Amino acid sequence: MGCPPYGRCLALELSDLYSQVIRDHNRSRHNKRTLCDPTVTVPGKNPSCGDEIVLSLTLKDGIIEDAAYTGVGCAISEASVSIMIDLIRGATVAKASELCHLFFRMIGSESLTREELEELDEAVAFSGISRMPARVKCATMAWHTLQVALQNASP
Amino acid sequence: MMHTDYKEDFPLLLHTDATGVKVAYLDNAATTQKPRQVIDAVRTYYERYNANPHRGAYAIAMQVTEAFESVRSKVAQFIGAPDPEHIVFTFGATDGINQVAQSYGEQVVGPGDEILISVAEHHSNLLPWQRLAANKGAALVYLSVDRLGCIRLEELAAKLTSHTKIVAITHVSNVLGGINAIREIAAMAHAVGATLLLDATQSVPHIPVDVQDLDVDFMVFTAHKMLAPAGVGVLYGKKDLLKQMEPARVGGGIVEEVREQRVRFLDAPMKFEAGTQNSEGIIGLGAAIDYLEAVGMERVQAIEHRLMEYALKTLAAVPHIVLYSTGDAANRTGIISFNIAGVHPHDTATILASHAVAVRAGHHCAQPLMAHLGVNATCRMSLYLYNTEEDIRRLADGLSTVREVLGLGT
Ligand SMILES: Cc1ncc(COP(=O)(O)O)c(C=O)c1O
Ligand SMILES: [Zn+2]
Repeated sequence: MGCPPYGRCLALELSDLYSQVIRDHNRSRHNKRTLCDPTVTVPGKNPSCGDEIVLSLTLKDGIIEDAAYTGVGCAISEASVSIMIDLIRGATVAKASELCHLFFRMIGSESLTREELEELDEAVAFSGISRMPARVKCATMAWHTLQVALQNASP
Repeated sequence: MMHTDYKEDFPLLLHTDATGVKVAYLDNAATTQKPRQVIDAVRTYYERYNANPHRGAYAIAMQVTEAFESVRSKVAQFIGAPDPEHIVFTFGATDGINQVAQSYGEQVVGPGDEILISVAEHHSNLLPWQRLAANKGAALVYLSVDRLGCIRLEELAAKLTSHTKIVAITHVSNVLGGINAIREIAAMAHAVGATLLLDATQSVPHIPVDVQDLDVDFMVFTAHKMLAPAGVGVLYGKKDLLKQMEPARVGGGIVEEVREQRVRFLDAPMKFEAGTQNSEGIIGLGAAIDYLEAVGMERVQAIEHRLMEYALKTLAAVPHIVLYSTGDAANRTGIISFNIAGVHPHDTATILASHAVAVRAGHHCAQPLMAHLGVNATCRMSLYLYNTEEDIRRLADGLSTVREVLGLGT
């Protein structure tokens, strides 16, 4: 019931939650900028944390030529959107959709094959987040926003 | 009970987890822990006299009715109300404000009128008025606040007009902790014929409050923030106002007579208590008031004041901390909002949780205030009489690790 061991209320060790990859992305901000002429721009909100980002994509011939975000969120949400952008930049819309599904399957604690995990690359840093229910939405917000953006973009 | 280590009375605070750790509970503005005395009172009710009050002729039904009504008297005396008829039991502060807005507000506010609130109100003391104003074609007018969340009397004077029908103000900001000058605010509101509702949710548990001395027209507070169970609140109203109000909720237990097409209600306070009440919660509230009175509210305030002096000094020394409610411990309760520079408050709270330090992070149900402060969210620590300097040291120690955990240096 609840989380009896106070000190380990985090079923996930802090060093796993805030892993090197997540810390690096949260710090680097290389995907945090505005795009000149985006094809779609979609806001993402996570009321539980107050995370608010705006995701923009530039699409050409079914390819995500560029992607970037603006806004403010917690370390988990900003790292998640940044890792996602690295993954989808240059990918086809179909591929990006597929990555969304893979990511949600991983968060839902489904066991993925090694090939599938390789496709998610750095995003596997969030594989343990389901053990911290309060922060799951922080990790998934970027991907939900991407899904909406892809829907809005496809005629 | 008259020891000074109040933690001894709170089983949750004494509980050690599997790793031998006790929680440093610093989220008392959200809800407080419950002393053994309250837990025992609720247990005794369940084990000895659980029945529906005001309903049965048998012994335990009479016993619960008597206990229930004696808590009403206790509440009246605790807040300085002239008699128990001024005390309405509600399901919480939110419920109390909604009832006043839907019933009294409905009667007195019309097109072109104004409702005056502060930008520091909890959403509970904002949304009922926002809705009422929209429904009535009235204006919801805001007062800005100072660094402790207190309104400025000059601005109040400038914004009070003959159109102002209701002034609804928090006694103490749940984010910044400053204590508003209610006696002055009441006099100024009354001078233009406006009615004052005081949200005393964050004051009644922490400082002595006397409704006659403050001369408020309505006052609400909530039991779970003062050592008692959740789901119970109190609405105090001046007698003529309660008399003129229609019940916002109707149902069982509030009528003198019902015919197929009409009804005659009981007098206040009964007419506002439709449906089976939260008897166990009300009995727990009685035990909580006994506890607080045994300590003495002056003493509760003094304990928190001393802890606040220590907390302000200790937190100010934490590297990279940004304090939103700056200054000394005067004229405020035990609430401090802060952030660690460059870190989102939810990450700070998560890292503190790993040290078994409980604080709140977010917008604290006060989004207009967050906008006023120019932040998305803050961390908030809030004290009560059982906290210790050690709790505060654990908070400061935990905060000192935050930037390192996130790889931002120390
Ligand atoms: C100032 C203030 N008003 C109202 C409320 C609402 O209290 P409740 O949720 O118990 O109705 C709160 C607590 O969250 C508060 O801090
Ligand atoms: Zn978040």
